[in-house]
Amino acid sequence: MKFLRTIILIVGLLALMGTSLAQRGRDGNLDLLYWQAVSILNPYLSGGTKDIYGSSIVLEPLARYAPDGSFVPFLAAEIPTVENGGIAEDLTSITWKLRDDVVWSDGTPFTAADVVFTGEYCMNDEAGCTARNFFNDIESIEALDDHTVHITFSVPKPFPYSAFVSAESPILQRAQFADCIGVRAQACSAQNFGPIGTGPFVVRDFRPNDVVTYEANELFREADKPAFQTVTLKGGGDAASAARAVLETGEADWAWNLQVDPVVLAQMEAAGIGQLTSSFGTSVERILVNFTNVDASLGNDRGEYMDGNNPHPILADLRVRQALSMAIDREILVEIGYGPTGTTTCNIIPAPEIYASSANDDCLMQDVEGANALLDEAGWERGADGVRVKDGRRFSLLYQTSTNAVRQDFQALIKEWWEELGVEVELRNIDAGVFFGNDPSSPDTYGKFWADVQMFTSSAAGTDVEAYANRWTCGEISGRQNQWLGNNQHRWCESEYDALSDQLAQTVDIDERAELIKAMNDMLVQDVAVMPLVHRADVSARANSLMGTQKQSWDSELWNIADWYRGQ
Amino acid sequence: MARFLVRRLLVAIPTLIAISFIIFAVLDLAPGDPTGNLPLTIPAEVREQVRRSLGVDDPFLIKYAKWARQFFVYEPISLFENATGITFPGQEGRLRILSWQTRSPVSDLIVQRLPQTLWVVGLAYLLGIVIAIPVGVYSAYRQYSIFDQVGTLVSMIGFSVPTFFTGLLAIIVFSVHLKWFPSIYDTTLVVRDWPSFVQQLRQMIMPVTVLAFFNASQLSRFMRSTMLDNIHQDYARTARSKGLKERVVILQHVLRNSLIPVVTLIALGIPGVFTGAIITEQIFRVNGLGDLLIRGIYNSDIPLVQTITFMFAVLIVFFNILADVAYGYLDPRIRYV
Repeated sequence: MKFLRTIILIVGLLALMGTSLAQRGRDGNLDLLYWQAVSILNPYLSGGTKDIYGSSIVLEPLARYAPDGSFVPFLAAEIPTVENGGIAEDLTSITWKLRDDVVWSDGTPFTAADVVFTGEYCMNDEAGCTARNFFNDIESIEALDDHTVHITFSVPKPFPYSAFVSAESPILQRAQFADCIGVRAQACSAQNFGPIGTGPFVVRDFRPNDVVTYEANELFREADKPAFQTVTLKGGGDAASAARAVLETGEADWAWNLQVDPVVLAQMEAAGIGQLTSSFGTSVERILVNFTNVDASLGNDRGEYMDGNNPHPILADLRVRQALSMAIDREILVEIGYGPTGTTTCNIIPAPEIYASSANDDCLMQDVEGANALLDEAGWERGADGVRVKDGRRFSLLYQTSTNAVRQDFQALIKEWWEELGVEVELRNIDAGVFFGNDPSSPDTYGKFWADVQMFTSSAAGTDVEAYANRWTCGEISGRQNQWLGNNQHRWCESEYDALSDQLAQTVDIDERAELIKAMNDMLVQDVAVMPLVHRADVSARANSLMGTQKQSWDSELWNIADWYRGQ
Repeated sequence: MARFLVRRLLVAIPTLIAISFIIFAVLDLAPGDPTGNLPLTIPAEVREQVRRSLGVDDPFLIKYAKWARQFFVYEPISLFENATGITFPGQEGRLRILSWQTRSPVSDLIVQRLPQTLWVVGLAYLLGIVIAIPVGVYSAYRQYSIFDQVGTLVSMIGFSVPTFFTGLLAIIVFSVHLKWFPSIYDTTLVVRDWPSFVQQLRQMIMPVTVLAFFNASQLSRFMRSTMLDNIHQDYARTARSKGLKERVVILQHVLRNSLIPVVTLIALGIPGVFTGAIITEQIFRVNGLGDLLIRGIYNSDIPLVQTITFMFAVLIVFFNILADVAYGYLDPRIRYV
């Protein structure tokens, strides 16, 4: 009897502890460190990933990506598919069923009207909405009832999950933003700094470009979450000191985007109080090959495609491009620049898994001899100073990239390898703000690409790589007529590739899509329009005591912050 | 004196207008794009829309006129309204200078950043002066003594080692190894009781020391050399031969004369306090005005950079006048006409 009583007592105590353990706000404060500080908490007007992540704690989309690239419903009751009738058979519409138990943090109910409003907000061309392309081809967004939203497309959409999906396209509250449509969006500081959301936290205090403090949302739909009462998102400093604050001094629990020398990171990690956590998206560091002549003497025609009548004097020859790619030792690049935070790749589309081609893996072996033989065959002969010459033209390349320690290391290494081939290489690095900017009057933008080769990292948005693959179609060629804003900066044009792209737009079956995407990837890589170098991971650091994190690259890394908690 | 002041102030107006125009022109001509730091997944057409919504591609003169009107008319009105609570009728629709990164009024950002900059950079400046003057005076008085030699060595180190090195060194020693002080400055900390005051001291100690060391090194060398210039002058010998105490000779005669160039230097350095210390602020994440400015530059946030740089220009002009006025008090020979 006494034994039984003890058991009951113990069970009772455990149950009590259980409830107290599962209380909202039980774990106090969570310190996040973003060396690029958050500037604005409205992702539709954001200036970068940091703003999108900062707002993802508060604002929620209908669905988010999971770490494996699948979808998880957030404000939607389920993910619409053709099978469950959520997507029309002809792929021209999608119907989202919303959860009916969600309230905004001010207590008012979340309804389909908010979703429709968010669409109007971003699709207004005066607003300068940075997620405008998530709403491409949308004809109308209507609320069928309070908890059903129907989106009609002007063309069949094999992948209709872009509007209202992921941290880049969350739902804004209509009541709060009603006066911020169009041009007025810019001056709505109060709204942009303190958006009312449905997420696990609410904004308590926001100091632009410095610090954001959040508090647990008392009306969050899961009673026992979030585990943290407050979140402090501090900004400023640089990546190395952010890593130090988590891995060595323990002043922060989580630090974002740590592109730091791998040796330094490993030393910091050895202190044993935190660890690196990384995930791979589609980010690939690559070298773009220019297919047009960028000789300054061409004047207005410099770098213009001109229907293929302005070919690059050296790089138009496939053998030359192959030789340049073969001379690169990708393993060494990864070792020096990225360590565990990158891996070699021969594909420009290395992920998700189903899209990754295995047809190009021989690029992993450096082959200087073979490269030299190819150049000999192409008619480039070594001159007296070791630099190859053909028809009186020296094999001389201008190689540009943005200013960044790792990129300058890469430039130096690759220059050395290319010099072994008898190629003269001039290096140039340009401030990132200028290089990636689109100032049409600047000669140094990556869009103009007035150099022979250039290097940077780019990636697809989310898991659907169709829009990304379409960047290399002929219609996307950048030039004067589109103020150098085309996405095909190297002016590479193959009708066969365009045909694949057209076919992709008509294809629904996921396996067929994968085959097409692989074919497009192989064509780009095998024609050496582009030389993939490193498949880059997104790296963050977390304190050992911080549990429940699931780092990912498809959506905000803070996507499941409601599930984070403090372990022992 | 009054006439001098009025004349100087009147001359300052066209100077400042010219400066504002030059700054604007330089910033406008500089390459850079506020959408340059957006993720590359955002297509070019969308960037174009963002730029249009910010008014980036407006003609130069229109942009300048807009800014000038906002700076010289709208911002003062807003400041006045916020300070007094009185609202001007018919002014509701006016647009304030909005930062491109945050879409919020630039003056709000500046007001938000000012406290930590004044605390850290201002205190370091004060501390630097308080250390430098006695050290400089004594070093000159006892030239080539041990004190002077050590002082010279220390100030040479302080002067030639950059703050990004001393700052990092301080963090590694005192934050990483000894764990005495935090390496992250908490700008939200409000001092309301003893523990929070101690916390404020702890977080200020490293950035203030690093900066004060740098300031003191610079100023003490200058103080020492002007003291040396004066200490061997005839008037000092006259004072001594009159039988004045050594203390009076040094502090009332020599020091007063030596202070003239030092005061100018100090006055001209004060505007620098307001723009903050870019590097030190970044290392310790103080996030004051220096950090605001440098991030504005990185992100081509032209309205923000323009406003801060122009305010800097105003301060420089103002403190120049102030230094001239201070001359008159220190040196009765100077007359203003």
